[in-house]
Amino acid sequence: MPEGRRPILELQGITKSFGGVEALRGVDFALLPGEIHGLVGENGAGKSTLMKIIAGVHTEFSGRFLIDGHETHFRSARDAHAAGIAMVHQELSVAPDLTVAENVFLGNQPTNALGLVQWRRMAHEAGEQLARFGIDVDPMSRLGDLPIGLQQLIEIARVLFSGARIVILDEPTSAPSPPEVERLFTTLRRLREEGTAIVFISHFIEDILRVSDTVTVFRNGRKVAETASAATTKGALIEAMIGRGGEALEHSYTDDLMLPRPSDSSVVLKVDQLSLARSLKDVSFEARAGEVLGIYGFMGCGQQELSRILFGKLKPDAGTLIVEGRPKTFASTAAARRAGIALVPESRRAMLFHQEPVYKNISISILERISSLLLKPAQERDIARRQVEQLQIRPPVVGLDLGMLSGGNQQKVALAKWLTYPPKLLVLCEPTRGMDVGAKNDVINIVRDLRARGLAIIVLSTEPETVLSLADRILVLKRGALVREFRNEPVSKDRLLEAA
Amino acid sequence: MASSETAPAASQRARGAATFLRSQMRNIAPFLTLIFLSAFFAVASPSFATIDNLGNILTQVSVTGIIAVGLTFVILCAEIDLSIAGIANVTGIAVAYFTLQESYVNIANIPLPGAIAIILSLLLCAALGLVNALGLTVIGIPSFIMTLAMMQIAAGISALLVRGQIAYKVPSLISTLGSGSVGGIPWIVIVAAVMLLSGHLVLTYTRFGRYVYMVGGNREAAEYSGLNVKLILGSVMIISAVCAGIGGMLGVAHFGSAQQNEFDTYLLDSIAAVVVGGTSLFGGRGGIGNTIVGLFVLGVLNNGLDHVNIDSFLKILIRGLILLAALIINVYAQRLREKAAE
Repeated sequence: MPEGRRPILELQGITKSFGGVEALRGVDFALLPGEIHGLVGENGAGKSTLMKIIAGVHTEFSGRFLIDGHETHFRSARDAHAAGIAMVHQELSVAPDLTVAENVFLGNQPTNALGLVQWRRMAHEAGEQLARFGIDVDPMSRLGDLPIGLQQLIEIARVLFSGARIVILDEPTSAPSPPEVERLFTTLRRLREEGTAIVFISHFIEDILRVSDTVTVFRNGRKVAETASAATTKGALIEAMIGRGGEALEHSYTDDLMLPRPSDSSVVLKVDQLSLARSLKDVSFEARAGEVLGIYGFMGCGQQELSRILFGKLKPDAGTLIVEGRPKTFASTAAARRAGIALVPESRRAMLFHQEPVYKNISISILERISSLLLKPAQERDIARRQVEQLQIRPPVVGLDLGMLSGGNQQKVALAKWLTYPPKLLVLCEPTRGMDVGAKNDVINIVRDLRARGLAIIVLSTEPETVLSLADRILVLKRGALVREFRNEPVSKDRLLEAA
Repeated sequence: MASSETAPAASQRARGAATFLRSQMRNIAPFLTLIFLSAFFAVASPSFATIDNLGNILTQVSVTGIIAVGLTFVILCAEIDLSIAGIANVTGIAVAYFTLQESYVNIANIPLPGAIAIILSLLLCAALGLVNALGLTVIGIPSFIMTLAMMQIAAGISALLVRGQIAYKVPSLISTLGSGSVGGIPWIVIVAAVMLLSGHLVLTYTRFGRYVYMVGGNREAAEYSGLNVKLILGSVMIISAVCAGIGGMLGVAHFGSAQQNEFDTYLLDSIAAVVVGGTSLFGGRGGIGNTIVGLFVLGVLNNGLDHVNIDSFLKILIRGLILLAALIINVYAQRLREKAAE
């Protein structure tokens, strides 16, 4: 670490809790001018919480917060902005229908004495600014027409032009392609030379090691390590992120787990050379009856798109789906359902009817089978009651509006909906996200039970534990391409992270 | 677990009751409005609360009621159909166009047997509904814009058929259903009642009806449940057009003439009936029961204002204000409901 420079930002003993759960516990953090500071940690380790405190999003916390050595307390994100702190969030926040120049100057377009926008000046300056960052686009083109990665770079550029001294980038490399990542890094290095302090959060540890000066590792709301990037390795960082023994509450999957010998049962689904714009590249795999296939990858690796293609909600640009030997193109989700495919998306809100009673939520998938014209509510309730009992959904009242149930129980209803169906292939996205240990175990048992009944199951997750706890065979998806398959061999969290 | 749940059970039940009332707000409010309006006019005018006048009100809301059946399906799906009045008009004109007119009617029409005239007219409104359906689902034009265009198209076909003239004759079946009566009850009231009842039965007791509510309640979830959302949306657009067409044919018989712009006021009246009744503009909530209450609110209001001595120009304003009040309640009820669900 360079000597003699005073931190531009200093946090001491920051503790922050959400409803009794501590997200940060006594964290110290310092940022020097002209430094790129990498942040790594698992989902929920506290990285984002800390950054949101710095950006003035979370204003309630305990601990000292100093800028240029002066104690400060932001009351809003606006205060942080005024102090020269800007954050680029993981999700794009651009105006796709405006021009590039308008996006660059969003909120402070140059105007003349009459208050009219000076288009020519704005376009000229935007073009000049972007050129400095190696972005060569027509400032008057519509932003939404550009590739996502470029849009992200332009958003980052906008944040930099706003005169920020501290820039926080949350997962900036999840979407861009390799050349775009390269451009981003060049930009960041140039900014560093100009004295800007940069915080860089990423799941891609190689990226962190390449671009940052210092790396800080978070685990369970604590800062567990801070080292110079040059003095560490990917393996060491992963080890620090996961932790050995001790702190983990549940099975941490740090030790090798032996995957079973691949089953030779019938192939239910064969995916051949699937491609989708910038999300998926030549993805091919097979899902077999009585097998749980895990697909692991970081946020934005193309999992979500893949699951939507399997369920007929998205149409791939190229490639074929072969269900039980027959090539299929799904015109709608109804067609996919009839072919025997079921999907539980990562968001429960997206697949459940919160204002309808539990039994209607469960029976919707089988209405076609139990009633040709007239509904049979008594039968629907019976079916729902059996599922509620079997999955131990609480409270066990099928007439209750779904919205009254807890998150974990809603997730079980989402499963129950397809269990009554039952499909040939069940696609589960993030089946245990946000659940407590008990509910997680319930879901794991349900999935194992389904496997025993001969279903083909695909589990897609960004959490290695989820995949490791469920899958018989694991594929790793990285930036839209399958990069590794684990079968009949030992696997662990380290190995998965290493591959991704 | 069980023992710890007994203590707050009482307060939970009280909260449950409050939640229930809040969630039922959309059904209660229109009903209270109806009782209030009826009571007001009964006191204000001695001629309002009579059996004869009840018959008048029923007859007056019949055409609106027939059109509103289909519109209820559309609004339950969180879509809108602005072409209902236009389709009603063109279907009414078409059925007259295919009927032999008196010699003084100067329209170059094509007289056909009554049954064929009726079938052709029904096919016409179904076809226009199909165009709406395809525009909405296949091309992806928002229903608001799509049906706005259809409104104009229907008016255009109407204009070409009658060319500014007025036709009077319709097939005898239509003429009986539109202006005849049986045992003192106008046929048009019976038709409206049968159609409203059928609509209610379809929505409540059939699989299709359930799908309509599910698509309206959460379209994304319907899609993730493997429902053919486009097919359902397309169907409700066709149902709406056919209901409007039937309303238009009987309306022409009821008024005794078929001419351009005859149904213009029925667009607003039908939307008002559905929404005033408490069917959610956001979809998934409400039904034919609500529409019936809404029809009575409008019917009582229109009829009652005729019975009290009031400036006829002020009537228009009052109707507008009542509609605004209903919209506010509609949006507010939705918010309460969402809060109750959380």
